[in-house]
Amino acid sequence: MEPILEVRGITKRFGGLVAVDNVDMKVYPGEVVGLLGDNGAGKSTLIKMVSGVYCADAGTIFFDGKEVKIDNPMQALKLGLETIYQDLALAENLDVYSNIFLGREKLKRFLGLVKVLDHSYMLTESRKVLNRLEIEVPSLRNRIRTLSGGQRQAVAISRAIYWDAKFLIMDEPTAALGVAEQKNVLSLVRTLSSQGVGIIIISHQILDVFSVATRLVIMRRGKKVAERITADTSPDEVVGLIVGSIPGDVPNGDGSDVKLSPVGASHAG
Amino acid sequence: MGQTSETSAQRTGAHVKRAVQTLFREYSIFFIFLLVCVVITSIRPVFLSVDNIFNVIRQVSMIGIMSVGMTFVILSADIDLSVGSVAGLCGALTAGVIARQGLPPLVAIFLPLPVAALLGWVMGIIITKAKVHSFVVSLGMMSIARGLALVYTKGLSIGNLPKEFGALGGGMVGPIPIPVIIFAAFMILGYLVLTRTPYGRAIYAIGGNQEAARLSGIKVDRYRIMNFVICSTLAGFAGIILASRTRSAWPAAATGWELDVITAVIIGGTSFFGGRGGMVGTLIGALFLGVLRNGANLIGVSPFYQQILIGTLVVIAVVIDRLRQRRTA
Repeated sequence: MEPILEVRGITKRFGGLVAVDNVDMKVYPGEVVGLLGDNGAGKSTLIKMVSGVYCADAGTIFFDGKEVKIDNPMQALKLGLETIYQDLALAENLDVYSNIFLGREKLKRFLGLVKVLDHSYMLTESRKVLNRLEIEVPSLRNRIRTLSGGQRQAVAISRAIYWDAKFLIMDEPTAALGVAEQKNVLSLVRTLSSQGVGIIIISHQILDVFSVATRLVIMRRGKKVAERITADTSPDEVVGLIVGSIPGDVPNGDGSDVKLSPVGASHAG
Repeated sequence: MGQTSETSAQRTGAHVKRAVQTLFREYSIFFIFLLVCVVITSIRPVFLSVDNIFNVIRQVSMIGIMSVGMTFVILSADIDLSVGSVAGLCGALTAGVIARQGLPPLVAIFLPLPVAALLGWVMGIIITKAKVHSFVVSLGMMSIARGLALVYTKGLSIGNLPKEFGALGGGMVGPIPIPVIIFAAFMILGYLVLTRTPYGRAIYAIGGNQEAARLSGIKVDRYRIMNFVICSTLAGFAGIILASRTRSAWPAAATGWELDVITAVIIGGTSFFGGRGGMVGTLIGALFLGVLRNGANLIGVSPFYQQILIGTLVVIAVVIDRLRQRRTA
């Protein structure tokens, strides 16, 4: 099977700082990959190159088997590559349905001449997607500002789901949530992956990641230091890899101890 | 869950309720405005005569046209201080090409508009690409445009323009002054753009959370540049109307108007921090400005006190905005 998303040798520099250094990563359709690392390890920068926020300084991105150039967020969205950001990226002064359709408003012809916003269509569709996810929001006309953290998260998730994402990136999707809501999000991740959506999940909650991800990619100081099948590793080992007490094993990932592991071999591809 | 059981009767009821709530919440200034109108009328009934009402609207029409563009700019959390100078420059250019080149007025009134648009575009480019705050860039442009007007006119006023040129600012269609019609047309257009188009949605999103707007795929820079082009062009057009109304132009025309324009937008409840407000508020704000001046004149309040009144009103409007923010935060 072809990977749905593959990045090769991707690099991002901010001035003298190399935030992401020559990282390779693959995700197959329906696969959930956990992206782990300490603060400043380069996780967010890596995914922001995929979602079009940053332009990579080097490296290539393949999506659905084709090499793609993602220069801005709209190009990523048009490919079917949705992202739920850590800070949710909602316009808090706008209401729920305006946010779900933000940047991709549904238009209708007015008097056959000019195209105008189709408010009622957007309202109905938003209601459908929220119902499908069993998400309760007081009213779709409520401004995001008036919603709780969990409700905002729900809106951000439904926005990504509505557009039939082929690929979903979730940056700290459970950070703002209560326990029950966290469970809902994780079961949603499983549902989506069973529908063939490829998912990258970033989280500091290592146990959450273990419960949904089949493969883990661990970053440290901008480099990919290890890759593990979830079933073959333990939280202790992963924490060790994250903080550096266990040396990494990806070639080029950590200059000091280059050695090939079975998973690391995929690097050559 | 919970939203599926609305009947159409309930929905209509909810619509009305929401409209009233919105009017109270978003346009509390509207009720102060009505109160002021009632007070003025009770002292000087002539205030409510058709002639006087059109007189008030005609007086605010130029500020009003400019405030349509300014609403776009402020809603996106930007500011444009150059509108007064751009208006003065465009008035001078129109008058100049009529007086010096002898161009027909119908051509001359459109000629300066591309210049205004260009100035707005330049500001927009610098603000978005060099990431300089719009306050600073438009402050610079305020001085540049005024300087250009002085250079073009050599510091002298241009007078005795042909009668036909006066039609734009002084003409009437039936009982309605032409500037009032233009003002109304731009107001309605601005309202429709804000509420019915993706551009309008984008303006609110940018003002609310610029980063979120960008991540949602909105071309933030393009829309902000567009705002400045529109705001400048409308300012230029208002300046041309002013020149037409007086059938003359002088390099210092419309000096300080930027403050009136910003005042109208702010009194109208548009948040200075962007993302909240709209064209209905700006209409009320512009009319309020006109009513206060007109009413004060009718009653015989000195212009000095008018300044104090208007200043107080601006502060009240901003305080109301602040309180509203705190309540919904």
